[in-house]
Amino acid sequence: MSELVRPWQRKDLLGLEDLRVEEIRLILDTAETMKEILQRPIRKVPILRGKTVVNLFFEPSTRTSASFDLAAKRLSADTLNLSAKTSSVQKGETLLDTVKNLEAMKLDVLIIRSPSSGAPHFLAKRLAAGVINAGDGSHEHPTQGLLDLLTLRERFSNLAGIRVLIVGDVAHSRVARSGIWGLTKLGARVSVCGPPTLLPLEVERLGVQVYTDLDKALRETQVVYVLRLQMERQARNLIPSLREYAQLFGINRERLRRAKRDVIIMHPGPINRGVELDPDVADGPWSVILEQVTNGVAVRMAVLYLLCGGEAVSG
Amino acid sequence: MAERFLLTGGRVIDPESGRDGEADLLIQGNRIIKVGNIRKTLVKSAQIVKAKGLLIAPGLVDMHTHLREPGREDEETIQSGSRAAARGGFTAVCCMPNTEPPLDDQAKIRLIYERGTPYARVFPIGAVSKGREGQELTEVGDLFRAGAVALSDDGSPVANAELMRRALEYTRLFGLPVVDHCEEPTLFADGVMNEGFVSTRLGLRGIPNASEEVLVSRDLHLAALTGGRLHLAHLSAGGSVSLLRNAKRQGLPVTGEVTPHHLTLTDEALLSFDTNAKVNPPLRAQGDLEALRAGLADDTIDVIATDHAPHSVVEKEAEFDLAPFGMVGLETALGLVLTELVHPGRLGLIPALRAMSLNPCRILKLPFGRLMEGGPADLVCIDLNKIWLVNPDQFASKSRNTPFTGRRLKGKAVHTLVDGFFALRDSRLDGS
Amino acid sequence: MPSDEKAQVMDARTLDRVLSRIAHEILEHSKGCPDLALIGIRTRGAYLAERLAKKIRGVESLALPVGVLDITLYRDDLSSVAHQPVVKPTQLPFDVQGKIIVLVDDVLFTGRTVRAAIDAILDFGRPRAIQLAVLVDRGHRELPIRADYVGKVVPTTQGEEVRVRLSETDGMDQVSIEDLKSK
Repeated sequence: MSELVRPWQRKDLLGLEDLRVEEIRLILDTAETMKEILQRPIRKVPILRGKTVVNLFFEPSTRTSASFDLAAKRLSADTLNLSAKTSSVQKGETLLDTVKNLEAMKLDVLIIRSPSSGAPHFLAKRLAAGVINAGDGSHEHPTQGLLDLLTLRERFSNLAGIRVLIVGDVAHSRVARSGIWGLTKLGARVSVCGPPTLLPLEVERLGVQVYTDLDKALRETQVVYVLRLQMERQARNLIPSLREYAQLFGINRERLRRAKRDVIIMHPGPINRGVELDPDVADGPWSVILEQVTNGVAVRMAVLYLLCGGEAVSG
Repeated sequence: MAERFLLTGGRVIDPESGRDGEADLLIQGNRIIKVGNIRKTLVKSAQIVKAKGLLIAPGLVDMHTHLREPGREDEETIQSGSRAAARGGFTAVCCMPNTEPPLDDQAKIRLIYERGTPYARVFPIGAVSKGREGQELTEVGDLFRAGAVALSDDGSPVANAELMRRALEYTRLFGLPVVDHCEEPTLFADGVMNEGFVSTRLGLRGIPNASEEVLVSRDLHLAALTGGRLHLAHLSAGGSVSLLRNAKRQGLPVTGEVTPHHLTLTDEALLSFDTNAKVNPPLRAQGDLEALRAGLADDTIDVIATDHAPHSVVEKEAEFDLAPFGMVGLETALGLVLTELVHPGRLGLIPALRAMSLNPCRILKLPFGRLMEGGPADLVCIDLNKIWLVNPDQFASKSRNTPFTGRRLKGKAVHTLVDGFFALRDSRLDGS
Repeated sequence: MPSDEKAQVMDARTLDRVLSRIAHEILEHSKGCPDLALIGIRTRGAYLAERLAKKIRGVESLALPVGVLDITLYRDDLSSVAHQPVVKPTQLPFDVQGKIIVLVDDVLFTGRTVRAAIDAILDFGRPRAIQLAVLVDRGHRELPIRADYVGKVVPTTQGEEVRVRLSETDGMDQVSIEDLKSK
């Protein structure tokens, strides 16, 4: 009656860079079955009953922590939401102190978001519990990458050859990096576009095409993934002003007219309306942004299930 | 009578004179009495130390070490650092002034000498600027008379070009070199590793090669302007090597230094977010590593120095962004140089030893780095073929922050003699 | 995997006759009630439910609603099981409220699968009744669960396995007893 031998072997989900294609597909397929649960009258299954899932967020984020919290609850797990300030040893509780406290709580899964790249890896090495990276610095945000893949898969069924353009601050974007890894592994053709100050060095070595002309890029793509522009970039001379950024790189209706007819708009949220994305495009018929959010809960349910199911195996 | 030792059958190398051959050494007190074919029967009451199969060379001299005394004695003290030096084959180290408080006046320079131990000679480097704040020149004459062997604000660059100019000019009174840590502060900003493909993959803020090259270039112009003695600390970028090479071709009396870790590792060592590989200047790309090796081989780079930077476990075991920069190096330097450069034929044995003993002494005008009759008994006996694994739990240093744990090295110091005292004997520290 | 077939319990023809009998029994007990529905437990139970629905259609021209249930997310043994099952979708294209549900599975053993299936169905609504139809009852119950319709009672030991093969999944119809392979 039971099926395949352990398809999921990893203790943690730290990023998409190291995942094999089969692992990504397994998560997406599992997420699809999780979506069905969300349509039921009782949107809950007992599979993680008795498990403890802790959200440890060093950066504020209502939407991601709420999405994980909901996902865990839908699987009947007990959840705990902690927000903390990251601090060095001189100033207070270090990450290592936090690790020791967490171990004492006997949790099963830790979800961490941190402004420091590599923080989830630090924790994964030291905790027996499974660790899920909810965003580490500018490094990766794997569940975001996965929910974006699921959303695209619903639209295109096969992602091989699909052209996706990522626009914006790629240099500082963990969403872009996870997206690039996931999309290229599934065969999509990824390109990036943004001001040179916001494109990281040697980005083409990630397997992407670099466009400097946004209008040309828009003409040649099927999906536009718009990245959030963070306000601090202006302070560091990376862009002269938000106003100029919006003029040169903002996605608005006028610009889209020059693109392919059926281009799809995606955004990881929250949107700086009027800066990187105009409200009428965000809310318009091309946008799949709300689908992304729905898929977020399903993907996170899938990841929690896969990490919790079966004996813990070091990944 | 002072103690006598007769080292027999070793291969004696002196980079200065070019000596390289089997010879015996007779040591009395703290001097080398005789080098050559010594009949044991003719020597009375000397302890015989069999050195067959060992290389005997002038004790290694590290001109760039961080001892954390005063201020961070939990990380390292003058004593623990000296013991670490002895274990690594070093008979002398020069300690940088970025202590707490910094070594910016004569009292603090003297303090270092007062706290010296028999394990290694410790020569303090004084700060260029008061408080290492980069604003006002220290009282260089005082520092010199108290025994500072060079000036540096290491840890930080001398960012103010005018100050660097005046430091290079003023130190001419004393013949002191100015050692600059070349880093342009605004280009460095809040970077934590080399800017390149690896930093793009890891999403960590990068420090471009230009950050170092810009300051190297500036300093070379200032050296030409002032006639001062410039020494470029821990070079990491390929472009810096080219700049230095050109300057030397033009006859500038400039010298440069590189660490064993920059000769061994690239930024790929950071792919696992290992904070022990987080150093300043950062480990860079393969092309830079090769340029550094080439620079050593053609004498563009004069010195191999460790930049030994101890840090407590508590501080290093943290998120990558938050961990301090630096790795320890005294106890792995010789092993790395032999394993990565000498044994594979990338660098000759004598040039390697010269870069680690004679050249630093020439730059700092120290009477060491040479092995000769009548000279000081500062020696290292090296087993060139000894295979060992790096194990930080065995370090004499108080700190453990090395990325080389478990690495297999070939070549190790077996005896270290400092001023005629066996600080290290048969791989064991005296008193341990 | 090498199989140690010890005995064949049903061949294709027998299996078909057994299903016909069960179909008649279901109809007999329901007294023509229109609120009947079949739910097959993945994987083979689902195919058996389809076959039963087809037979019932053949006998009384009654098109019963058929659903497929994946009970993976209701299991109680996930932490201790060596294999991690892949979750497949559940499809119930009808409202369970007020219905007489006949759960269909291939082998009834400890009863835990059926317990999980009951919990799953109750999360969808409140049926009037739940009944159980199984092809084989091999004994060794660990919960107080019994089948209303049984194809065949097959006594087994703990070291044995009842292997059901269906043409939809295994290319042939057969039920056999085999030795359990230690994995």
